[in-house]
Amino acid sequence: MKEKAKILDKDALNRSLLRIAHEIVEKNRGTEQLCLVGIRNRGAYLARRIAECISKIDNANIPVGILDITLYRDDLTLIAAQPVVHKTEIDFDITDKNIVLVDDVLYTGRTIRASLDALIDLGRPKSIQLAVLVDRGHRELPIRADYVGKNIPTSQQETVEVRLFEVDGLDEVVIVDKA
Amino acid sequence: MVWTRKDLLGLEELSTEELELILATADSFKEVSTREIKKVPALRGKTVVNLFYEPSTRTRVSFEIAAKRLSADVINIATESSSVQKGETLIDTGTNIQALKADIIVVRHNYSGAAAMLARHLNISVVNAGDGWHEHPTQALLDIFTLKEKLGRLAGLKVTIVGDIAHSRVARSNIWGLTKLGARVTVCAPGMLIPVAIEKMGVSVTHDIDEALSDADAVNVLRMQFERDTQGAFPRQLEYFKNFGITQERLSKAKKNIIIMHPGPLNRGIEISSEVADGAHSVILEQVTNGIAVRMAVLFLVSQGHDKQYETTN
Repeated sequence: MKEKAKILDKDALNRSLLRIAHEIVEKNRGTEQLCLVGIRNRGAYLARRIAECISKIDNANIPVGILDITLYRDDLTLIAAQPVVHKTEIDFDITDKNIVLVDDVLYTGRTIRASLDALIDLGRPKSIQLAVLVDRGHRELPIRADYVGKNIPTSQQETVEVRLFEVDGLDEVVIVDKA
Repeated sequence: MVWTRKDLLGLEELSTEELELILATADSFKEVSTREIKKVPALRGKTVVNLFYEPSTRTRVSFEIAAKRLSADVINIATESSSVQKGETLIDTGTNIQALKADIIVVRHNYSGAAAMLARHLNISVVNAGDGWHEHPTQALLDIFTLKEKLGRLAGLKVTIVGDIAHSRVARSNIWGLTKLGARVTVCAPGMLIPVAIEKMGVSVTHDIDEALSDADAVNVLRMQFERDTQGAFPRQLEYFKNFGITQERLSKAKKNIIIMHPGPLNRGIEISSEVADGAHSVILEQVTNGIAVRMAVLFLVSQGHDKQYETTN
């Protein structure tokens, strides 16, 4: 595992989140019926940060939920490391809400596919939008993000690591060589 | 912590970490049953067979609901109406179920060790839903899960188990699980219903119910299994109630927030008074609710453990 390049530092990462927050408010013409749902693990922290930015922009408190998609994955039997099942914590009714799903990296699209299934089991939202900090390409499903922090062209031999203060003690996004 | 076992046969062989993983996984599964659509696709396409050689409603229904909430397909076999009546052995029944490409067998049997024997002969997962006097791991896990949920911890808790300890698989599984997780266990019963040398399992023994209640944080009241009394070891029902029954009066001398558990089915007026069973200390129905989350966790974990093993042998 070799670090190849730093894509975002702390300031750049926070500027991206602030811009995404502005775009969400702009596209939804305000914050009425708006909710954020972060995908475990790092998407949950990003959702909270975006909600904080929105509360400063529009002076509104946006409900934030956490989605655990372990039980919805299509590769449960394939992955080497056994996933630990965590809780889904969405304590508001999502029916008729405009939901913004938040994740750190958009890659194959399979996590998002599973998240859509998981969300729809909880109710019938008016709309679901997608915000990601990094879009690295290589989609395997017809899925795209509505809000993107940064587009990073990558090769499949690389991984994109998003490090967040809440989990990793610092904010940065780096590209790492798998070999 | 990674789960690698294809079966759950008892709590005796589990490590503290494995017990904690089951409890943590069950905690995550509990939320699923509060949804409007009480279902997740984790075991979609898997088949779970409930194979019950002893009568059971609550455990079988609980396993069935747990499997269905994970989107598995469930088949129930009650042996009174199956080929077992024509003399088929347990292993033959098991290999046939395996040949039908089922993924998990949940088995209850009146012989101790039946689940373990089945597991040895099969490649698919076996979950013990009670074998003779030996173990009933998922019942103990749901008791322990409920205790932890109610009291916030297990280490240092004082738990009393009252009733027929000698014939009780629930008692044995509870003792293994609780002592591994740091609780202190006291068993209380008439002398004839306490097995010799049970102290070796790390528990204290008393025949005085008031002493057993005096400093307990929780009491697990076992059903008096009169059907298992073949040697005249059991006291009369009224005598038992008088000397060991859990009543409001006895509880008035116990800790104020003591928790009363019972694995069901209840014999009101024999081991527990109705007042206590329906009272503020009772968590009996919460145990039933938690049983689903615990069994979902167990079914999910053994199916994962099985996959791992399958990969390495292919």
